[in-house]
Amino acid sequence: MHPAYSIIFFTTASGAGYGLLALLGVLAAAGLVRPDLGLGLAAFVLGLGLVTGGLLSSTFHLGHPERAWRAFSQWRSSWLSREGVLAVATYVPVLLFAFGWLVLARTDGLWALFGLLGAAGAVATVYCTAMIYRSLAAIPQWHQPLVPLGYLLLALASGAVWLNLLLTLFAVPVSSATLFAAAACIVAWRVKRIYWQRIDAAPKQSTTESATGLGDLGPVRLLDMPHTEANYLQQEMGFKVARKHALRLRSIAGWGGFVLPALLIASQMLLAQSWAGMLAALLAALLVSLGSVVERWLFFAEAQHKVSLFYGAKAV
Amino acid sequence: MTSLPKERTEKRLGLVIDLDTCVGCHACAVNCKEWNTGGYPAPLTDVAAYGAEVTGVWLNRIHTFEAGEGAAGRTVHFPKSCLHCEDAPCVTVCPTGASYKRTEDGIVLVDEDMCIGCKLCSWACPYGAREYEADGGVMKKCTLCIDRIYNENLEETDRVPACVSTCPASARHFGDLGDPDSEVSLLVAARGGYDLMPEMGCRPTNKYLPPRSHAAEATPALESAAPEGGFLGWIDRVLSR
Repeated sequence: MHPAYSIIFFTTASGAGYGLLALLGVLAAAGLVRPDLGLGLAAFVLGLGLVTGGLLSSTFHLGHPERAWRAFSQWRSSWLSREGVLAVATYVPVLLFAFGWLVLARTDGLWALFGLLGAAGAVATVYCTAMIYRSLAAIPQWHQPLVPLGYLLLALASGAVWLNLLLTLFAVPVSSATLFAAAACIVAWRVKRIYWQRIDAAPKQSTTESATGLGDLGPVRLLDMPHTEANYLQQEMGFKVARKHALRLRSIAGWGGFVLPALLIASQMLLAQSWAGMLAALLAALLVSLGSVVERWLFFAEAQHKVSLFYGAKAV
Repeated sequence: MTSLPKERTEKRLGLVIDLDTCVGCHACAVNCKEWNTGGYPAPLTDVAAYGAEVTGVWLNRIHTFEAGEGAAGRTVHFPKSCLHCEDAPCVTVCPTGASYKRTEDGIVLVDEDMCIGCKLCSWACPYGAREYEADGGVMKKCTLCIDRIYNENLEETDRVPACVSTCPASARHFGDLGDPDSEVSLLVAARGGYDLMPEMGCRPTNKYLPPRSHAAEATPALESAAPEGGFLGWIDRVLSR
């Protein structure tokens, strides 16, 4: 599948933003962070900025962005529509939670409830994003039960690492949040590795023979394309560039984007509140973002669409 | 609403494509483009039509495959357009309601005024039936020539999809596959018509008729002319060199 930059940016940025906001809500509701104004300002600007920027970027790949509002109508059948509805609905509790934190300096009682509702909305929105892909049977690498878990874990891990940076910068150490960030990176990495093993091992269900129904005659191979130049289907679904470097990119995403940030965060706990600790937290946040982008690029580039069978692929 | 019709639609209009008689002339694709670039889904824009990398929307494309090995191998021309599936995954993924399946005849259509051009329907279709028109920012697909088949301004014989009307080999048939006694249903039953990628569970309406087996009617070896001398014998010797 063609990896559109607007969708890669949207899913990684909004994932990190939702992860950050969800954890902030849970931490505040659990009474682990006080409504510190500086931390709150930074966290809400960063979290809502990532989410909003991502959502706006997702409209860039539309043919008619001005009609995007129509996408809220089909939530009964379409995961894309559900994602849109939940993304907008999640702003309500998150903004109320932010109001309580920033204006009233309160994160207890009702305001804590808004934090938790915002967290639930964030998780549900990321789940819907993942289900858009998970539900497409025409793309076997996406039609996998681990896809939603991968999206949720990556969102949580990247959000947690960014929140850890903010907690460190504003000198509000929450050791459980830091531990969670490191653990989430490792768990996300493990799940992605299992996902990669599974898509590599999965038997190819469709062949040129089943696509054309000509298998009774013997092996089937494409002789002529419909047209001399590549068409939309080949450009959109026939992306091949990444598979060549897939294994190396998986290592870069896994070790550089998740294991190394986890180690940096672990080392930060030893360094305590120091410049070195802050630097480690910053480096971890940058690396986990880079890792998420590489992972998401691979998610698209490694995905093979069944239509390729009509354009020369042997089995998908 | 982009939910599929709850009941199986009584009428299921579709195409039956005979892979035995298709000669791969692409006339159906050309006539499809010709009709539809001015018809219901108009326009079917070509980008850089006279440039080096021309690309454009076609609702019907003809692939050519080789099937079988050696003497049993054969070339099969393979036209492919929307199959108007009963469980059309392109319909249910649509976030706006632009993509829908008609209850009255099972035709899958796009309401271009509602389409936001998110391309998700083209991702959902395993057959590659939907193409994005970059110029207009909307999805295009086969309408089964809805503006011909019900068009009372046309002669009754012309009320068939453009691809069917133009096929010089009569390799394309149009009719109601929901009616077991229709000509197309009888043809499918007689010739063993089949679904493409049945493992996807989309239950396509369009059916393909397999190439006939020619093993039984294999041409016998030529008799030996064995001309004995004379002029024909001389020709035989010359040509046999």
